[in-house]
Amino acid sequence: MYKILLEDLPKLYAQMAQNADVYMPLRRGNELNFEKWNNEAIVDLESLKTVNTPKDLFLPQIENLYSSQVVGTKINIENVPVFDKTVVLFGVKACDVRAIEVLDNVYLQGDFVDEFYKARREKSIIISLACNTPAKTCFCSAFDIDPSSPQSDVRTWICNEYMYFDFTDEKHEKYERFYDMIKEFLTEADESEVAPLQKEIQEKINTLPFSGICLEKFTPENMLSIFNSSEWEHLYRPCIGCGTCTYSCPTCQCYDIRDHQSKCGGILKYRCWDSCMYPDFTLMAHGNPRFTQKERFRQRFMHKLLYHPEKYDGQFGCVGCGRCVNKCPVSLNILKVIKTIGGDENDTK
Amino acid sequence: MIQNNDNQIPMVGIITEIFEETSDVKTFRVVNSKGDKAFDHMPGQCAMLGVPGVGEAMFSISSSPTNTKFMEFSIKRVGVLTEYLHKLEPGDQITIRGPYGNAFPVDTALKGQNILFVAGGIALAPLRSAIRYVFDKREDYGYVDILYGARSPKDLVYRREIEKSWTEKPNTNVFLTIDRPDEDWDGHIGFVPDYFKKIGFSTDKVVVVCGPPIMIKFVLAILLEMGFKKEQVFTTLELRMKCGIGKCGRCNIGPKYVCVDGPVFRVDELDHIPDEF
Repeated sequence: MYKILLEDLPKLYAQMAQNADVYMPLRRGNELNFEKWNNEAIVDLESLKTVNTPKDLFLPQIENLYSSQVVGTKINIENVPVFDKTVVLFGVKACDVRAIEVLDNVYLQGDFVDEFYKARREKSIIISLACNTPAKTCFCSAFDIDPSSPQSDVRTWICNEYMYFDFTDEKHEKYERFYDMIKEFLTEADESEVAPLQKEIQEKINTLPFSGICLEKFTPENMLSIFNSSEWEHLYRPCIGCGTCTYSCPTCQCYDIRDHQSKCGGILKYRCWDSCMYPDFTLMAHGNPRFTQKERFRQRFMHKLLYHPEKYDGQFGCVGCGRCVNKCPVSLNILKVIKTIGGDENDTK
Repeated sequence: MIQNNDNQIPMVGIITEIFEETSDVKTFRVVNSKGDKAFDHMPGQCAMLGVPGVGEAMFSISSSPTNTKFMEFSIKRVGVLTEYLHKLEPGDQITIRGPYGNAFPVDTALKGQNILFVAGGIALAPLRSAIRYVFDKREDYGYVDILYGARSPKDLVYRREIEKSWTEKPNTNVFLTIDRPDEDWDGHIGFVPDYFKKIGFSTDKVVVVCGPPIMIKFVLAILLEMGFKKEQVFTTLELRMKCGIGKCGRCNIGPKYVCVDGPVFRVDELDHIPDEF
């Protein structure tokens, strides 16, 4: 383990920025977001949650796939440049780290690899940061995420006047490169120096109102009975189908593919975030299998709590970051779904 | 697992011939820009066809893999893209990518078996690929029954091919039915499920059913009533698709993605996914 004085961090940022595009939580007025660091940036590692999630870096809101020129009836397809930069994501919280693992499963596993995601992900270096003050809306521990010990390849803690660095896999070429990048600022430290902080975080987590929310019922054998549960009938009612939960979610991964007619005659094919909460998401010529908001609402939570875990070895598609809890304009969120569908165990909590 | 790299970037396809099947269905013959077949596929697999600036959609490949020269797509005019495609002429270009999805088990579960194909309307398109494959390797399969129905005689796709070729194949029975007869029709009148019941097929065969969801539901019910087991029956699901590679989430149903885990499902598999199709 290594450490650096907090007051020396700007030097470290500058050093990193010479070698890579460095994204970290930057403050602009009331908003905190992962943005590209520069000399004037206001870094805020103390505040807990960014508005947008780190998924923006790997699955941007809009990404060009290719462009085509149509001359008469002839089509000419041109590739767009492949993403080819080293991106350092600095100060990622444990929940968002897990969320990237969820996205990795979807985009890098299975019969097909998503080439665009892979290009962005491959050269990225993720540096996580422990959460010193988790919020009341946090429930990451329900998904076995430990914010006192985030799981990325480079892990950091802010403790007293130092930031501590732990390289879990120093031999990995990517992290070796990162270590070389910043080693001049680091001094040796001992793990015992962050142990009290870790203990303190864990104690805080245990007192959070939703940290013990029970997910026991969300197992593959209950999938059909949960799908057919009568609870959905009233649960979904307040939902206005705005899709805010999907856009602010670090794991929501669905996208649309669309055309943009550019002024110079080319037609750009791009993909952009989409939402299963929208009626035209599944609309087909012969009808819509998810006819009302009830079916669309149900799909989102079934996907996170049952379909994704069944497909990916029990890994839930929710990471308990609480963004949807904060953002939903009608105070409807996955906690209500888990409590209502998850049944009795949650009533006592 | 062998993974494919698919960047969702299509190739250019050229329409070489267009056949008018019905008033709203046309079959498009497509090759790549070199004049060859765009890619290999198996019966039941699909391809994304598109027109830049108009749209892109998934269509089943209606020609057989045994055809090594070109691919065919039978497309019904139902929306913006298909409307546009119907206005195209031979020589026009489109975009094509694929193949996507799984296939009818022509080389496994269907091999050496008697086969019953049941289709309604435009859904004969994906089955035609399998039917032609079976006919081209006729000695590998037992008896073949084909039950096909459409709204009216004018809505039967591949009618010439059925009457001139399929009915002439050895050990093959073709049953046609239509809902609304015209004066020239002297065949059976009625819905596919009713005709199915009337014919009363024996259970010594593998069944492949493709059609509108409501037809599939009725036919499946009758099949079970007649003593067929779900494990003997294959059908297809259809949901909206965009990427074709199991990422964009649109065709997700239960833990399955129809574009990679489907479109072909053995009917007993459907018991384990939510009834949302």
